[in-house]
Amino acid sequence: MNWYKVYGLSLRHFYLIKSSFPRILDLLYWPSIQIFLWGFISKFFTLSSTYYSNTVGVILSAAILYDFLFRASISYNMMFLEEIWSRNFTNLFISPIKIKEIIAALTLTAVIRTLIGMVPASILAIPLFGVSIFKIGLPLIALLISLYIFGITLGLLVTSGLIRFGPSFENIAWASLFFLAPLGCIYYPIEILPNWLQIIAKILPLVHIFEEMRNILINEIISYSQILIAIAISFFLLCHGHYGFLHLIQWGKNKRNIN
Amino acid sequence: MKLEIKNLQKKFNNFTAVDNISFNIQEGETLGLLGPNGCGKTTTIGMLLGLIKPTNGEILINETNLDNLNREEVLSEVNFASPYVELPKKLTVRENLEVYARLYGIKNFKNKINEISKDLNLELFLDKKTGELSSGQKNRVSLAKSLINDPKILFLDEPTASLDPDIGDFVREYIEKYKSKNQMSILLASHNMKEVERLCDHVIMMRGGKIVDRGTCKSLIDKHGRNNLEDTFLKIARNKNELV
Repeated sequence: MNWYKVYGLSLRHFYLIKSSFPRILDLLYWPSIQIFLWGFISKFFTLSSTYYSNTVGVILSAAILYDFLFRASISYNMMFLEEIWSRNFTNLFISPIKIKEIIAALTLTAVIRTLIGMVPASILAIPLFGVSIFKIGLPLIALLISLYIFGITLGLLVTSGLIRFGPSFENIAWASLFFLAPLGCIYYPIEILPNWLQIIAKILPLVHIFEEMRNILINEIISYSQILIAIAISFFLLCHGHYGFLHLIQWGKNKRNIN
Repeated sequence: MKLEIKNLQKKFNNFTAVDNISFNIQEGETLGLLGPNGCGKTTTIGMLLGLIKPTNGEILINETNLDNLNREEVLSEVNFASPYVELPKKLTVRENLEVYARLYGIKNFKNKINEISKDLNLELFLDKKTGELSSGQKNRVSLAKSLINDPKILFLDEPTASLDPDIGDFVREYIEKYKSKNQMSILLASHNMKEVERLCDHVIMMRGGKIVDRGTCKSLIDKHGRNNLEDTFLKIARNKNELV
């Protein structure tokens, strides 16, 4: 891994963000809007639902974590789409950079883009709604890592789709996370799902992450096994996503989809 | 760096885009790749750059098969410029050149950027966004990017397309000077026959994915009994039955 080249490719995206006020605004304002929206919904639910009555902020914490996942995945997709929109693909793929260095650059840049939006939004929730995501404590780091790995996996799958189907796959890129949201049990416990869907949902790390988040906030118990399962599933899916991405790069070279 | 192409073929399903072509580019040589639109020039360049996987055939660099060489090592000695491939529009010229200098592993890139921008008259708009430049300026930026790593082999796809005669002449003169100074090999795809006559040591003519003729510009003009390369090109391109 040549970090000088990884930094070079990351710079391309930082320069892009730096040069455009709407891009900076986009990074900051969506997470904050989410906080406002889910903050008020959360406030209403905590006043009206017996399930949430003792735990202010469970929904808002879930919204923050879900937005973290969304930002990580979308940031990854956006950077790949930027290369397509700017017709820079050929220049990038004929430069002496390894695929793993491209993935590393996109992954690192995605985490910085995500944190730029999420850290201020999370801090904003404390004075506005009295909810702090940081109450989860140290397990929060593990949950965020798991979410981030899964976000990158989704990003890899969508970029694979962009290579396979071209820019027309863009709409799927935007909607990719919403397909999985119902199965992720972000705002409700897994028991709400029919039995057969529960089996499918457990294949995703989201269920384990959000169940654990609720477990910590409501029951004040930490289940490390649940956290480990979430990370293991995320990592397993990442390996498959990475393999699929490499496979489609080779496919693209056969079909002239790369240049 | 010597490039040798043996029986290169590319099929897309039932369509043969490039059909068993063979040619060499010697060190310091400029080879012109000519042919009508859709004859396989861009696919050939795509295969040489590793963007398209050949169906059959071999690409040898200094007598070693490309498949047995380290991809990154080969690409660090090669570069490409085309007006049809753009650099990110929102980045300034300097930022784009810096990004590509880093991707090519150039350590002392500030001096290199200053040197190239001075040579190509880019100094005045180094800090302008690339998307705000005229097509002539963009072409020169693309050429600057393609020379950032002092390539041993340079692939040029219509480098002076859309340039006015003055800037076009400036770019051709610069390529000539740069080549003689750096002993690089060039594969030039162009529809500008005067440019090909001026820059190329040899040319190959393609039609329907095949090489239909090859030689020096003068030998081809003489062989086909024409006065210039443009008339020779037209004769070869229109004569469907003539194959070498």
